[in-house]
Amino acid sequence: MGKKVIINDVTLRDGMHAIRHQYSTDQIARLTRAIDDSGADIIEATHGDGLGGSSIQYGFSKESEEDIIKTAVANAENAKVGVLLLPGIGVIEHLERAHDWGAQVARVATHCTEADVSEQHIKKAEELGMDTVGFLMMSHRTPPENLLEEARKMESYGADTIYVVDSAGALTMDDTRRRVSLFKEYLNSKTQIGFHGHNNLSLGVANSIAAIEEGADRIDASLAGMGAGAGNTATEQLVAVMDRMDIDHNLDLYKTMDAAENLMKPMMERPVQIDRLSLTLGYTGVYSSFLLFAERAGREYGVDARDILTRIAEMGAVGGQEDWIIGVAQELSKEKQLNA
Amino acid sequence: MTNEKIKCAIIGSGNIGTDLMVKLLRSEKLEVTALIGIDPESKGLKRAEENGLVAISNGIDGLVERPELADIVYEATSAKAHLHNAEILKDLGKKAIDLTPAAVGPFLVPSVNLKEREIPKLDNVNMVTCGGQATIPMVKAVSDVLPVDYAEIVASISSRSAGPGTRQNIDEFTVTTASALKEVGGAKESKAIITLNPADPPILMRNTIHVQTAGDAEAHAGAIKGSLERMLGNVQGYVPGYRFKADPVIKGNIVTVSVEVEGNGDFLPEYAGNLDIITSAAVRTGEVMAESMLKEGVAE
Repeated sequence: MGKKVIINDVTLRDGMHAIRHQYSTDQIARLTRAIDDSGADIIEATHGDGLGGSSIQYGFSKESEEDIIKTAVANAENAKVGVLLLPGIGVIEHLERAHDWGAQVARVATHCTEADVSEQHIKKAEELGMDTVGFLMMSHRTPPENLLEEARKMESYGADTIYVVDSAGALTMDDTRRRVSLFKEYLNSKTQIGFHGHNNLSLGVANSIAAIEEGADRIDASLAGMGAGAGNTATEQLVAVMDRMDIDHNLDLYKTMDAAENLMKPMMERPVQIDRLSLTLGYTGVYSSFLLFAERAGREYGVDARDILTRIAEMGAVGGQEDWIIGVAQELSKEKQLNA
Repeated sequence: MTNEKIKCAIIGSGNIGTDLMVKLLRSEKLEVTALIGIDPESKGLKRAEENGLVAISNGIDGLVERPELADIVYEATSAKAHLHNAEILKDLGKKAIDLTPAAVGPFLVPSVNLKEREIPKLDNVNMVTCGGQATIPMVKAVSDVLPVDYAEIVASISSRSAGPGTRQNIDEFTVTTASALKEVGGAKESKAIITLNPADPPILMRNTIHVQTAGDAEAHAGAIKGSLERMLGNVQGYVPGYRFKADPVIKGNIVTVSVEVEGNGDFLPEYAGNLDIITSAAVRTGEVMAESMLKEGVAE
């Protein structure tokens, strides 16, 4: 394969979920330097739920948005710094500020069927001259043909790159191939295609490779998989496989391995791994950041967190609806008492 | 006296305008005379004609040509359109009840700040947003007991009930709701989040309200729960489908309230409680306005 795959590192953004948004500026600085030095092209740094995400609903960040972004910008020599924005949570003013602080990549994220809420934000990012990405979350929830329609909307607003985002780590390799190949076939040839995976079904690397084989230009990855649920596609694992398959990229295998092992893993509060809960996320198709919320609610209300996630999946919750979890835990606890 | 009504018209023939029309047709204080749109083929305008209203398809110009049609004008278009129309309505001497996030006039949430004595002085009032109407009363209920440092609300609405206006201007929703949480709800700081959920069958509108109090809320749990219950009753007075979804949770200085809104099914089905809560609030506001106008003898 001729072209180089662009790696968008999400250790500092999706990884925020796994550490309850508590990275310190010192940790952000050290991680940024290591990721930048290993050759990643883009480093995304915000609250896990994007700009404006710091809240009671999702958890408050330890550091301010300004400090998170400025620290990443100050410590990235080669990589561009990116920010995530979910319309409904973040607003255009946040994006303008992030741009002032040095962010160069804007990823505007919507649920896979709601692309039309991203119009004003994508247009603003383009106007600011940012590398603008449309990010279709929970892509497993809609058939590939519908996902393409939504991608076309984001493309028409001006997005340069459109992502298939497997927020729940629920896509199989065929599911991934169908979505990416439709984008490749029917989107404008200048539009780049990206894939964001989660490892809940142990398919993070496999799906990323499938996406590359179908023509994806950008892949999201994080050190040691640091991210929501069972984590994202682990950078060092992806790099090892890409090297074996002669897929071209800008990363150094040993440097990613060392950063994952020496720097990232010691910072983890809870091992980012496939366990019964994160596996349930992938199996039932629930947004990965619900993991820690369901775990806590399960403990508090004395119910099996897997039952909470399963009920949440049946209700069709989308990203950002963490507030439904307590209600479901209360319901399950009441049902348990009635049946006792 | 009982048969006297004040004439009103609606600008905007989308989801909100049409739902408002259905509700106003039942009002004992207001006579809805016209629906004003910009597309003669729109479903809303057709429905207006079927109900014997004047259907105007050339926008506000149509109202300027026939100012006798209304004394109160409901605006159910977009913030941008209302910024333009507000001036014209003022020049015509019409009272405006604005259902867009334009916020030209002061925010109005009937259960909190609809004061009969003050209403005659206002010629333009703003109904905040559906999320604001559903959550501000609960924040106010807490701030009546203890000072509120921070209020945060999360509104989940069914994708089907969010029209193109809402979708293209989602920032205006969060920004307007957040400022009204402070101004009307009494919070020092605030944040508003909205999520659109495409689940089928569609979900009922659901709102989670997190309130951070200055003092220990747990120590005032009884008073806070009592205040929340009373406020719930007030809102139910004009939105019958408004209810607690889960038991209010009070921990330390955080009060979390979850409410859902089942709609009346007037235009969109019951799941679209987000339409009902703002149109019902607007109808109630218009009725209080009409009463005061009748008392002052505005209507001939």
